[in-house]
Amino acid sequence: MASSIKILIVDANPVRAAIIQEGLREAGPHEIVLLAGTNGLVAAIERHDPDVVVIDLENPSRDALADMFLVSRHVKRPITMFVDQSDEASIEEAVEAGVSAYIVDGLKKERLKPILQTCISRFNAFSRLQQELDEARSQLDDRKTIDRAKGIVMRLKSLTEEEAYALLRKTAMNEKRKLVDIARSIITAAEVLK
Amino acid sequence: MTLHLRVGFMPLIDSALIVAAKDEGFAEVEGLDLELVREVSWSNLRDKLNVRLLDAAHMLGPAAVAATLGIGGVRAPMAVPIALNLDGSAITLSLRRFEELARLAQGDLANPMVSAAALAALVARRKASGLPQLTFAAVFGFSSHTYLLCEWLAKGGLKLGDDIRFEVVPPPQTVEALSSGRVDGFCAGAPWNAAAVAAGIGAMLHCGVDLRRDCPDKVLAWRADDADQRSNAVARLNAAILRASDWVGDPANGERLALHLSRPDRLALPAELIEPVLRFSLSQGGGRPPRKVERFIRFDREALRPNPAHADWILARMEAAGQAARTADMLAQARAMFRPALFMDSSS
Repeated sequence: MASSIKILIVDANPVRAAIIQEGLREAGPHEIVLLAGTNGLVAAIERHDPDVVVIDLENPSRDALADMFLVSRHVKRPITMFVDQSDEASIEEAVEAGVSAYIVDGLKKERLKPILQTCISRFNAFSRLQQELDEARSQLDDRKTIDRAKGIVMRLKSLTEEEAYALLRKTAMNEKRKLVDIARSIITAAEVLK
Repeated sequence: MTLHLRVGFMPLIDSALIVAAKDEGFAEVEGLDLELVREVSWSNLRDKLNVRLLDAAHMLGPAAVAATLGIGGVRAPMAVPIALNLDGSAITLSLRRFEELARLAQGDLANPMVSAAALAALVARRKASGLPQLTFAAVFGFSSHTYLLCEWLAKGGLKLGDDIRFEVVPPPQTVEALSSGRVDGFCAGAPWNAAAVAAGIGAMLHCGVDLRRDCPDKVLAWRADDADQRSNAVARLNAAILRASDWVGDPANGERLALHLSRPDRLALPAELIEPVLRFSLSQGGGRPPRKVERFIRFDREALRPNPAHADWILARMEAAGQAARTADMLAQARAMFRPALFMDSSS
């Protein structure tokens, strides 16, 4: 049986780091270390002596990491950025997903491939989650805005809730604007005229 | 037809020509819809260019050479149809180290020979008293900043990596690294030296031009195959940058350029910090008045001509820094990365 691989995950986002960790646990009997901060990265790598370092592309320490490995005075074993020149698609996928991997010299690329693939798919899954969350948040905000505007219209025109909503919708349709935009205008106007 | 191009950059004054090309409409005149993408690392710029998430990138000349030759990472052959500047960097020390050097200096500290000798004396003293080595940073391993540090240290008989610890710190992190004491000094492009002085934590010791004039610095890098196949896009972006060069060269435009650069999605620094640098007036800190440095950074047309001779300097410095051993083949590939022929097409 192949020995377990020690993976250091450097990610400032704790949620994403947890998602990656969970994915890697499923992928094999790997030993996983999470690192959130970028301070003391060199010391952490010396201490943990990992076989693989996974780092997100938004981390400004990538350049420092690359140099540290280049000089390799600091680390016990030489580490290089993982690139499989024969497999451009996976390089592309990783960069697009926003992740980069560095491996200890001598670790077979067949062993890294599934790890990298897991990281890529987890990074992508996280981006989708983030996007859905942002959309849900903005929908919620829109609804709050519309409710506020409805309340203003009800008060000023002595309308029922249904009538106020119908008026907002009709105005939006007539002006070919979004309901939430009409609602915002009403709130602004109400504030100005207060 | 308008052509959409994504160009990546790092937050530095030497991104001025691509920023001006976009914000002053020179790209638009050339039929380009320029999208500027700020990045957090040179590694990202290289990798995103390599997988075509970017069409072109603001790049350190030596980093482009390293990528082209596959030194220290991915082999990603690049082509340089235009440079973005010459010179423009400076060495800044923490106030404490600057004061120590001032006390040890035998002569004028502004003279690199004198300052390097003072540094050598400081290094020897620390060693004798069992204190840890000093740490200096540059913005990337493969950078003229690293090589300028090496050249300065050599004047005092010191070697970077042996006598002084070396660390890489991206430009926007230099001020924090200096104030936290993680590094004792750094060599970086403008305006990060001025930012450290303004923060009251650093003293600028030397400008790059004190050590070397017309030093290769940033270039505009394309994928080598794209430079060959997308010659029209390359020529249009070159033309826009050349227009920007003329505009930036007029001192009357300094304030506007400083405003463009200061934006939150560009350098995200106060325009008041950037504007004096564009006038070559550099705040020094350490109780000294601002220093006027003639041609501190060059953006003129002649400075932008891709120069294959720069490959010779870069590879020699890489070898001296222990980053790579030169071969004739490497030299040929590195020289071929610089494309003066593409430059002349767009300036005619």
